[in-house]
Amino acid sequence: MDVVDISRWQFGITTVYHFILVPLTIGLAPMIAVMQTVWHVTGNEAWLRATKFFGKLFLINFALGVATGIVQEFQFGMNWSEYSRFVADVFGAPLALEGLVAFFAESTFIGLWVFGWGRLSRRIHLLCIWMVAFGVNASAYFIIAANSWMQHPVGVEWDTSRDRPAMNNIVALLTNNTTLAAFPHVVAGALLTASTFVAAIGIWWMARASWRARQLRLAAAGEAAEVEETTAPSLVDASPEQLDNDAATMWRPVTRFALWLTMAAGVALFLTGDIQAQIMFKQQPMKMAAAESLCETEHRAAFSILSIGRQNNCDSITHVIAVPGMLSFLADHRFDTEVKGVKELQQQYAERFKDNPAHAGQNYAPNLFVTYWSFRAMITWALGSVVVAFGGLWLTRKKRVVTSRRFAFIALLMIPAPFLANSSGWIFTEMGRQPWIVAPNWVDDLDPLRVSMLVQQGVSNNSAGVVLGSLIVFTLLYGALGVVWFALQRRYIREGPAAPGEEERKLDASDDDKQLSFAY
Amino acid sequence: MGLPEFWFILIAVLFTGYFVLEGFDFGVGMLMGLIGRGDDNKRRAILNTIGPVWDGNEVWLLTAGGAMFAAFGGWYATMFTAFYIPLLIILVALIVRVCAIEWRGKINDGQWRRVWDWCIAIGSWIPALLWGVAFANVVRGLPIDADAQFTGSFWGLLNPYALLGGLTTLLVFLTHGAVFLALKTADGLREEATAWAARLSVVMTVVAAAFLLWTQLAHGKSWTWVPVLIAAVAAIATIGFTWTKREGWAFGATSIAIIMTIVTLFGCLYPAVLPSTTDPAYSLTIANTSSSHYTLVIMTWAAVLITPVVLLYQGWSYWVFRKRISADAIPPSIGLASLRG
Repeated sequence: MDVVDISRWQFGITTVYHFILVPLTIGLAPMIAVMQTVWHVTGNEAWLRATKFFGKLFLINFALGVATGIVQEFQFGMNWSEYSRFVADVFGAPLALEGLVAFFAESTFIGLWVFGWGRLSRRIHLLCIWMVAFGVNASAYFIIAANSWMQHPVGVEWDTSRDRPAMNNIVALLTNNTTLAAFPHVVAGALLTASTFVAAIGIWWMARASWRARQLRLAAAGEAAEVEETTAPSLVDASPEQLDNDAATMWRPVTRFALWLTMAAGVALFLTGDIQAQIMFKQQPMKMAAAESLCETEHRAAFSILSIGRQNNCDSITHVIAVPGMLSFLADHRFDTEVKGVKELQQQYAERFKDNPAHAGQNYAPNLFVTYWSFRAMITWALGSVVVAFGGLWLTRKKRVVTSRRFAFIALLMIPAPFLANSSGWIFTEMGRQPWIVAPNWVDDLDPLRVSMLVQQGVSNNSAGVVLGSLIVFTLLYGALGVVWFALQRRYIREGPAAPGEEERKLDASDDDKQLSFAY
Repeated sequence: MGLPEFWFILIAVLFTGYFVLEGFDFGVGMLMGLIGRGDDNKRRAILNTIGPVWDGNEVWLLTAGGAMFAAFGGWYATMFTAFYIPLLIILVALIVRVCAIEWRGKINDGQWRRVWDWCIAIGSWIPALLWGVAFANVVRGLPIDADAQFTGSFWGLLNPYALLGGLTTLLVFLTHGAVFLALKTADGLREEATAWAARLSVVMTVVAAAFLLWTQLAHGKSWTWVPVLIAAVAAIATIGFTWTKREGWAFGATSIAIIMTIVTLFGCLYPAVLPSTTDPAYSLTIANTSSSHYTLVIMTWAAVLITPVVLLYQGWSYWVFRKRISADAIPPSIGLASLRG
């Protein structure tokens, strides 16, 4: 492997890892803010317990998200310095704005929120978690604006004296239609992730509490063996009535909130995904063709459900099951729109860039296998969340609680699904952009032959050995931290929230001289 | 003064903010292994002095990096590639440190906490050393060719001047951290921290003076004698204030010493941002690495409008948590008993 491949692997691995954690925190922050708001308004302690419980899980994730985020910013300079030189004028701006507008807010207010329980007034403390929610989402917006510029550069002119694009319109950059379509899609994906996470844990706890209540009643009647021991505070000394009450008045509302959010996020994902597909058809036709492994241009292009292909190669692909006209419909909402195939687009690109020696023999098609399957994986995994949402809403209808331990287990198993959907979506977006690090913009009034860059042109002048070394270091480090991250979360989920009454007691007890409530 | 010069100053300000703020939390992290040894309550008290603010402190680095990218892309690109290995080590240290601080108290188990304590220590010592090495190398210059490419090696970065620079930041942050700890704790911890600060301030003054003098003689301009001398006075004042146990004044003094050190370093650089030791004509300068006027105008508006707000709420968060912390008042651990179960 040469330095380009290793640098690409490094960027891919660190980004996918970072983005496993980030959607959960982007979605969970506003959910926790809503939970705390409900407690603030109604005074119902169940929502305070939920706020604190999911707040701890949020922090475990937030730490690792922040830590791996620094790598993302530094990597542009370390591994992609030619790219950085080329685009600094425009790409650096959203990154700097992210720091100023988003990072300062989220990191300062998370400190105030964590340590401010009982120290700040309740209203100000509530404002803190909303500021965190604002910060993480603002952060996503600026990063997507930066990324969308790589997908579809706007707001620049060619600076002849420096031989690189120069920004001439920040508004165009921040309102790039690629950004405006991608941002709600990513936020919906984040909400789907967080709501699936909350709902699954809620369902599992609901089933666990009601199961235990039944076991206790049977044991009291002498009909069952002993009830298993537990250290979970809300289970330890609880009577069957308290457990049933907990399932019905705490876990059921929290879960219903999350389930409805999953449904809403699912609908939003579908709608924004549709808008994105149409934009992609116009702006990045090669990505559209690659998503479908569509090699020949077609008028009534079909959407294939299953294709068989051994390699990243047009000749080996066979579409097995396909819906006629569906791809045309996705692209343009008409069944007979012409969708260009990989081969014709390849010829077009080669013709357009024939005068540029750096492009000699360039393959302009992304890896078809990866794009085809990551696109389908994204959709399939996202549906996993929707299945849980339907099941959960059905089982909790008309004041019922979930008692099925089997369904609770399925819900837990589905927690990774939206994470995988997010990762697949990003892999599709980024791999589909290949071989470009800055894709040429053919749509707007811009100079696509100059405002564009191939990935291999963007890499730093590093030795392959050094980059390989760092790739190994990051992989091992992230792997080790991932194991701890998983173990910690699992343990905290099993432990559950505080016993009823406990959180309010703690809040009331913490006068100003008492110490920090979430203290290290 | 044009916008590029303004942004050169602003980046110096952002790094100053980073070193003044994260400087003390590096120092506190380093001292956790020295002061709280064998006493977990003490360690927790020490960690809680930076608990609500360390994350916000770290953002100064991210913003400085983003600002460098936006305002001086050529500087960012060459510097980050040249410092590939040191930055990699710093990144690993910072990642481990963030996780260690957040996860340490999550499980109430001696073994668990010992491991993370090591991570906090390593994650604090290493960056404190390497930032000095990196910045001294920037002032000293790097082998850069006509295409702004770094042609040197990792080992070339470990020259005596840069290592002295590393030792300086290490000692300055350690002292700064001890003073902060003395300011933020009560009772026995305060006594211990003050004693450490008093001893460290002497060593720091000697080493920092040597580094600044070397910097001034080798790379200085006539006006940079001013910040050098102010830094020297501040360092000596730190000795006086720590010996007489005036922590607030001492913290002000170490902060001024850090600010003046950065002023000296950036002053020595100006108008270059990364001098070339291969040929002065290849040096990266404010002029040849800055972004276009339009970008700088936009960024300036953003900075002018948003920075005061940021300073306001960060300042407020320090105000909210202004109380001293005592090891006796640390509540029982909220962490779980074990990772299993």
